[in-house]
Amino acid sequence: MTATLERPSVPVVKKRVVTPARVALHTFLILTCLMTLAPLLWAVYASLRTYEDTSVNGYFSVAKSLTFDNFAKAWEIGELPHFYWNTFLITIPALVITLLLSSMIAFGVSRFSFKFNLLLLMLFTAGNLLPQQVIVTPLWRLYRLIEVPEWISASGSLIDSPLGVVLIHIAFQSGFCTFVLSNYMKTIPYELTEAARVDGASVFRQYWQLTLPLCRPVLAALATLEFTWIYNDFLWALVLIQDGDKMPVTSALQNLKGTFFTDNNLIAAGSLLVALPTLVVFFVLQRQFVGGLTLGSTKG
Amino acid sequence: MTALQEKPKAVAPQGSPPRRRRGPRATALAGTDKLVLGLMLGIPTFVHVLFVWIPTLGSVALSFSRWNGIGGFEDIEWIGVGNYVEIFTEYPRFWPAVQHNLIWLVFLLIVPTCAGLLLAVLLDREIKGSRIYQSALYMPMVLSLALVGFIWQLIYTPDGGLLNSVLGLTDNPVDWIGDSDINLYAVLVAAAWRHTGYIMLLYLAGLKSVDPALKEAAALDGASATQTFFRVTFPVMKPVNIVVLVVTVIEALRAFDIVYVINKGRNGLELLSVLVTDNIIGEASRIGRGSAVAVILLTISLGFIITYLYQVFSKENRT
Repeated sequence: MTATLERPSVPVVKKRVVTPARVALHTFLILTCLMTLAPLLWAVYASLRTYEDTSVNGYFSVAKSLTFDNFAKAWEIGELPHFYWNTFLITIPALVITLLLSSMIAFGVSRFSFKFNLLLLMLFTAGNLLPQQVIVTPLWRLYRLIEVPEWISASGSLIDSPLGVVLIHIAFQSGFCTFVLSNYMKTIPYELTEAARVDGASVFRQYWQLTLPLCRPVLAALATLEFTWIYNDFLWALVLIQDGDKMPVTSALQNLKGTFFTDNNLIAAGSLLVALPTLVVFFVLQRQFVGGLTLGSTKG
Repeated sequence: MTALQEKPKAVAPQGSPPRRRRGPRATALAGTDKLVLGLMLGIPTFVHVLFVWIPTLGSVALSFSRWNGIGGFEDIEWIGVGNYVEIFTEYPRFWPAVQHNLIWLVFLLIVPTCAGLLLAVLLDREIKGSRIYQSALYMPMVLSLALVGFIWQLIYTPDGGLLNSVLGLTDNPVDWIGDSDINLYAVLVAAAWRHTGYIMLLYLAGLKSVDPALKEAAALDGASATQTFFRVTFPVMKPVNIVVLVVTVIEALRAFDIVYVINKGRNGLELLSVLVTDNIIGEASRIGRGSAVAVILLTISLGFIITYLYQVFSKENRT
C-alpha cells in the first residue's frame, strides 16, 4: 500500500523542450486552476468591499477601496468566537477518541486472528459508507431517550449536547479510520509484535508502545482528514442540536445568513472566516491530507 | 538531471508481494491479555453498533409504522407497508426527489469523473509546477458543502452576481437559484467543483500504481498514447474505477448540506435526504414515512457498499 505512494519516479527519457504541446498543456492547466480558484477569489474580493460601494457600482466593478471591516463585523455580529468554541468542543474530543478507538480495533484485527476478524472489519467499513440520513431519524429518537446528568447536558438527554454530536462522530468516523489503520498495521512485520510478546510485553504494551508509534505517519494523515470532516459537519449538528446557540460554526452559518440578510459582502467575509481553519490545515498539512485520502482508497 | 541516471530501484520485488511466512496467529493469551483485547475490540464495536447499526435497523422497523416521534413507543402504530404505498403513489415530493438524486448521480458520474481523470492524466507526468496545480485543484475539497453553497450563492445571485455579470445578463438577470428549472444544475456545478479534486486525487494514485512496464510494452507494440491509455492503463485501473463509482454514488445519495443551505431543499432542489430530515427538523414529523424514504436510500446504497466490500476484501480472502 505504501509502495504505491513512494515509488521512485520513472526516469525521464526525453529532455524538456518547450514544444507547442507543452505550452498548450500549461495554458490549459493554468486556466483550469484559475477557474477552480475563481469562486474563492471572488468571495475574497467581495468580502473586502463595502456595502455602499457594491450596492452602487455592483459587484462586477473595480473596488473604490478595500477594507477589512466586513471581517470585523462578521466576527462580532456572527458571534464567531462563540461558535468556533462550540466547534472546538466537538471536534477535538471526537478526533482524539475516534483515532484511539479505531486504532484499537485495527490493532486487534490486524495482529490477532479470530473467526470474525474480516466480518468486524467489514462492519466498520460498511458503516462508514452509509448515507447519514439512514441513521438520523432513529438516532435522534435514541438521543432523546438516553439520559445524561445535567452537568453534561442542560437538556438532560443527548439532544442539544456537544457530547451527543461527539459520540456520533466517533461511531461514524471510526469506520473509515479502522479501515485505513488496519491496512497500515498489516504492513508492519508480525515478527515485531511476536518478539515483544516473547519478551513478555502485554497486549496493551504491544499496542501502545510498539504499534502506535509506528503508525505515526498514518495517524497524522487521518487526524488531518478527520479534523476537516468533523469541522465541516453540517447534518449531525443541525439535527441533533436544536438550540441555535450550541451549534458548531459550520451549522451556525445558517444563523448568520438570517442575521446578514442581503449584505453579501458580510456573508462572504463570514464564509471565509469559517473556511479559514480548514484552509490553513490544508496548506500546512497538504501532504498528510492527500496521503490520508489515498490510503483510504487504494490498497496493495 | 540526475534522475536520468537513476534506475528504477527494486524491480524484482515489485511484482511479487512481500513474503509473509506467518500470518497473525491465534495464540493462547494470558487472562488479563484476553480481557484487555476483548475491551479493545468490544468498546469501539459497541459504540459503532449502538449508534450506527442499531439506528439503521431502527429505520427499517420504523418504516412500517405510523408515529409522530414525540410520544412514547406505545404510541407507535404498525401499518405494514402503508408508508411505502403512500410514498410511491401519493407523496408529491418523492418522485421529483428521486429524479433529482438520479440527475445528481449521473452528473457527478460524468462531469467530475471525466474532468478528474483528464487532469490526473495531464498531471501524472513530469511537468513544472505540478504540485502547485495540484494544490489549487484540491483546495475546494477542504470546504464543507454548506460553505460551498454560501460561496457559490455570491456567484449566482441575480443582482450583481458574478455569473450574470460575466455573461452580460445584467439587464435581464437569470435567477440561477430561484428558477426551479435550472437551479438543480447550478447547484450541481458547485458540487462538481468540489468533487473533481477528490476524483483527480483517486486517479492520480491509481495512475501511479500502474506498472510502467505495461505502458512500455504497449508502446513497443506500436500502440499510440491514446490507445495505450484506453486499452491498457484504464482497464488496469479497475479497482480505482470501482472506488470512484462507489464514492460518487454515496456522495450523490448523501447530498444534503448544499441544497439545505441554499433553500432548504425546496422549489426544484428536493432530494431524498431532505425528505428524511424534514421529518425531524421540519414542520410535520412523520417518522414512519421519513424512515421509509431512509430505507429506500439504504437499499440503493447497500448494493454499492457490497460491491465496494467485495472489491476491497476479496484479496484478503485469497491470501
